[in-house]
Amino acid sequence: MAEGNGTNGSGGNGAGGTGDNGAKKSPVATLVEGAKAVQAQAVEEIKALKQPEKTDVWKSVLRVKHDETPRSRALGVLSNVFLHLHPAKINRDAVAYNYTWGMGGMTFYVYITLVFTGTLLMFYYHPSKVVAFRDILYLEHDVPFGKLLRNMHRWGAHLMVIMVELHMFRVFLTGSYKKPREFNWVVGVILLVLTLLLSFTGYLLPDDQLGFWAVTVGTNMARATPLLGHDGPFGHQLGMTPFNDVRFGLLGGSIVDSNALLRAYIWHCVAIPIIASAFMVVHFWRVRKDGGISGPAPLQLETEMKEPKKI
Amino acid sequence: MDLHQLWTIISLPDNVPIVLLMIVVPFYTWYALRQAFANDRLIAELEANPALAKTHHRKTQPWKPGWAKEVHVWPYLLRIEFLAAIIVTLILMVWSITLNAPLEEPSNPTLTMNPSKAPWYFLGLQEMLVYFDPWIAGVVMPSLIIVGLMAIPYIDANPLGNGYYTFKQRKSAILTFIFGFIVLWVTMIVIGTLIRGPGWMWFWPGTTWDHNRLEFAVNRDLPDIFGVKGRIAKIFFGAIVCGLYAAVAGWFIHKLIAGRSLVIGKWKLIKEQPFNQKIFKRMSLLQYVVMQTFLIVMLALPIKILARLLFRIKYVWVTPWFNV
Repeated sequence: MAEGNGTNGSGGNGAGGTGDNGAKKSPVATLVEGAKAVQAQAVEEIKALKQPEKTDVWKSVLRVKHDETPRSRALGVLSNVFLHLHPAKINRDAVAYNYTWGMGGMTFYVYITLVFTGTLLMFYYHPSKVVAFRDILYLEHDVPFGKLLRNMHRWGAHLMVIMVELHMFRVFLTGSYKKPREFNWVVGVILLVLTLLLSFTGYLLPDDQLGFWAVTVGTNMARATPLLGHDGPFGHQLGMTPFNDVRFGLLGGSIVDSNALLRAYIWHCVAIPIIASAFMVVHFWRVRKDGGISGPAPLQLETEMKEPKKI
Repeated sequence: MDLHQLWTIISLPDNVPIVLLMIVVPFYTWYALRQAFANDRLIAELEANPALAKTHHRKTQPWKPGWAKEVHVWPYLLRIEFLAAIIVTLILMVWSITLNAPLEEPSNPTLTMNPSKAPWYFLGLQEMLVYFDPWIAGVVMPSLIIVGLMAIPYIDANPLGNGYYTFKQRKSAILTFIFGFIVLWVTMIVIGTLIRGPGWMWFWPGTTWDHNRLEFAVNRDLPDIFGVKGRIAKIFFGAIVCGLYAAVAGWFIHKLIAGRSLVIGKWKLIKEQPFNQKIFKRMSLLQYVVMQTFLIVMLALPIKILARLLFRIKYVWVTPWFNV
């Protein structure tokens, strides 16, 4: 702190009117003298700006020095709110693409993109049977970049599903679900299901034939739920009808109509994103707590297999 | 050959993800197995040479004494993450500029779409509807998939292959997962997207989608083929057949899990696997029972599909409350 106060002096003694000590001087000379003092100070302060990292503003924002020392590099990650989930150092082979394929990180990035474009889409969309479809037409034809926005949201959603599946595939093939990461795999499976549900609830929102029939086909499965659906095994015997079974609860009615649209909207825009975000927090936190990324680890040999612990 | 029809299906904006899936899944399977085989060769080398195993750094990646085993996240990881974010954004932008999201007519409950399809990632389940009643294909199966996936870490008693690609050390696990993911999940999605046409009928790629096509198919129930009559008799018959299936499949799967050989007559169906025998000894009874249950149910899927396609069997177990 002590060595580099580049912004010499504060605003107090900057202005020209330092006083009436020289009573003999003419007012013009006083003014010129004052201006020269100000100029000298300004030049000095502008010179100091050539090293912005020494200013108080810079230090207040970044908290630590960013030079080439290992300590600074570590602190740059650890003391940053967005980066502090990263460790300071990682396995030298883990940064290569071929081990992780980057699928987990890219999935999260696509999720952020989807939250961003989705929020913008919410400005133009009313979840109501009469206007929902018109809103999409409006978005496609009148809103600046509206079509691009909708396209990015749609394709981003598809991309996220593909990436989540590939991420799971990679985690399985590298055996990363094994001790001590068993529970994080379970969290991951929940996130996979939530991703599919997010995508599925969004499908109905344009209120076109495609979404309507896809959701009709999808929720018709719910009527066949054993015990809880009116067409399912033992549903009839338990008093299930189209007006009180699990499908009714999902749709808010016995057909896909305005209530279903509103429910899909709320699940899609509020409830599932919040739930998914909570599970993501746990997922990422557990990656760190379970010892960081799983590999590439040194190969274990069959001859070195330890005996299992008996409970 | 109706190339126009083929192009219509492939170029449908919502089908592009499946075309993408058909490229990336084989690519990443190859990419993973290539590394797995490279690691397996190193494992074989180290197992043959215990002296080398003590000094080797045990990776296929290059390493020299004096190299740091860890690198700083800043900049070595963060620059890659930054680059990945840019590339994903670019891909998404280009995709969104070149292809428009589909928008059909306004929803109309009186006008059924034909074929009316679920979103592509559920088409595997919709394809299952051909072979199973909705309560199995739409409710029980998805639940079992989710619970089964969650159970994987707790029933896999094999401690090897933690944190690196390998095939040799985890043959059964990897083959089972590839069977479930690629053969059952992805292939069913591809069939549901590219092959199923109007009336959910099978149209080979390149044939025209004929909306007036009729399919003459008589599907029979298994009890009727065997001449079992009467409600009660059918219930018992179906229960016995399903129980018999579970017993045979369980016996077959037991041989695989336990690594024993299976010889019927002069055919050696399953080879002895000494490694599986070792892992089997580590399994608890609960792990074994859970694994058996999921594998028996999983194997029932292709078997029912084959029974339908080869013998036109609709139901195996007919009861007044449910049909299997």
